[in-house]
Amino acid sequence: MARAAVLGRLTWRVGTLVAFRDETAAARTLVFQIPDWPGHLAGQHLDVRLTAPDGYSTQRSYSIASAVDGDLVELTIERLPDGEVSLYLSQVLSIGDQIELRGPIGGWFVWDPATDAPVLLIGGGSGVVPLMAMLRTRQRLASGTPFRLLYSVRDPAAVLYEAELETLQSADPTLEVHYAFTRQTPAGHPRRAGRIDGAFLAEFGFAATLTPTVFVCGPTGFVETVAGLLVAAGHDPHRVKTERFGPSGGSSDGHSS
Amino acid sequence: MGIHLDGNTMAGALAELFAVDVSIAVVECAGCGHTGVVAEAVVYADAPGMVARCSECSDVLLRLVRSENRAWLDMRGVVCLRLDIPD
Repeated sequence: MARAAVLGRLTWRVGTLVAFRDETAAARTLVFQIPDWPGHLAGQHLDVRLTAPDGYSTQRSYSIASAVDGDLVELTIERLPDGEVSLYLSQVLSIGDQIELRGPIGGWFVWDPATDAPVLLIGGGSGVVPLMAMLRTRQRLASGTPFRLLYSVRDPAAVLYEAELETLQSADPTLEVHYAFTRQTPAGHPRRAGRIDGAFLAEFGFAATLTPTVFVCGPTGFVETVAGLLVAAGHDPHRVKTERFGPSGGSSDGHSS
Repeated sequence: MGIHLDGNTMAGALAELFAVDVSIAVVECAGCGHTGVVAEAVVYADAPGMVARCSECSDVLLRLVRSENRAWLDMRGVVCLRLDIPD
């Protein structure tokens, strides 16, 4: 038996909130210290479990936003309408508070830095979070793999990580960031408001002939539209990795990036 | 049916049961014979359990229901799971 492949039982750990920063009016990045965190791959997620004093318990999945950094793990939580967990995490949880976490989880939607194929990241809304982990991992490793991020976002006020993306991009000719503002553009933006379409992908994405690895993350409708456009443009479906998130109901896991 | 997600969202729940990451396993559908990665299956998570359906024919592949101390895993829609076991 290959012992290295055996993960051991996925167990809940206690994480302590050690810092936070507001990214937008509706999104907050939480920095947790998780003792014995084993590290993670760029794009993986973790589960969060909250238990109320009366025993009511609920759990959600969140993509990890940070590159590996010892026992510190960052999540960016966007407050959802009627989202009891996202509201609690983004508004109520205070420095020093502890919650239950388990992970890292998921080996599919991950970037392997050992591959040198160009990487096309396409995020819709908070679907940019696991893509940010990939960009930060690339930065941390000083990788020269060409990356492009196509970021579909409602309006300028909803952009996550804007300053950091600008810094990363300005220092690095092999990284490009292109925004598709769907409702309102910033003043002077060269494109009208609109969704990512075939023309946008053709102008700003990598051509299929370059055989990029493509990661698409966002709400289900966004992911399926973009994945369809990519395949129509000649991208190999096996090189287009997707992750959908959306509201969850009941007590089962949802997945919020 | 509600909004579906994908098999990435089942990775944690399956990791409770299996010693390897099943979300990257290749699953063969009993309904149509399609093979694909579990992570790319269509998953409905807004039911009492999680239901994974084939992305090709939409037949049910897996159903996973979890209570506090027990799990039920129905795999009648799966012919075979192929799991890579690296050294």
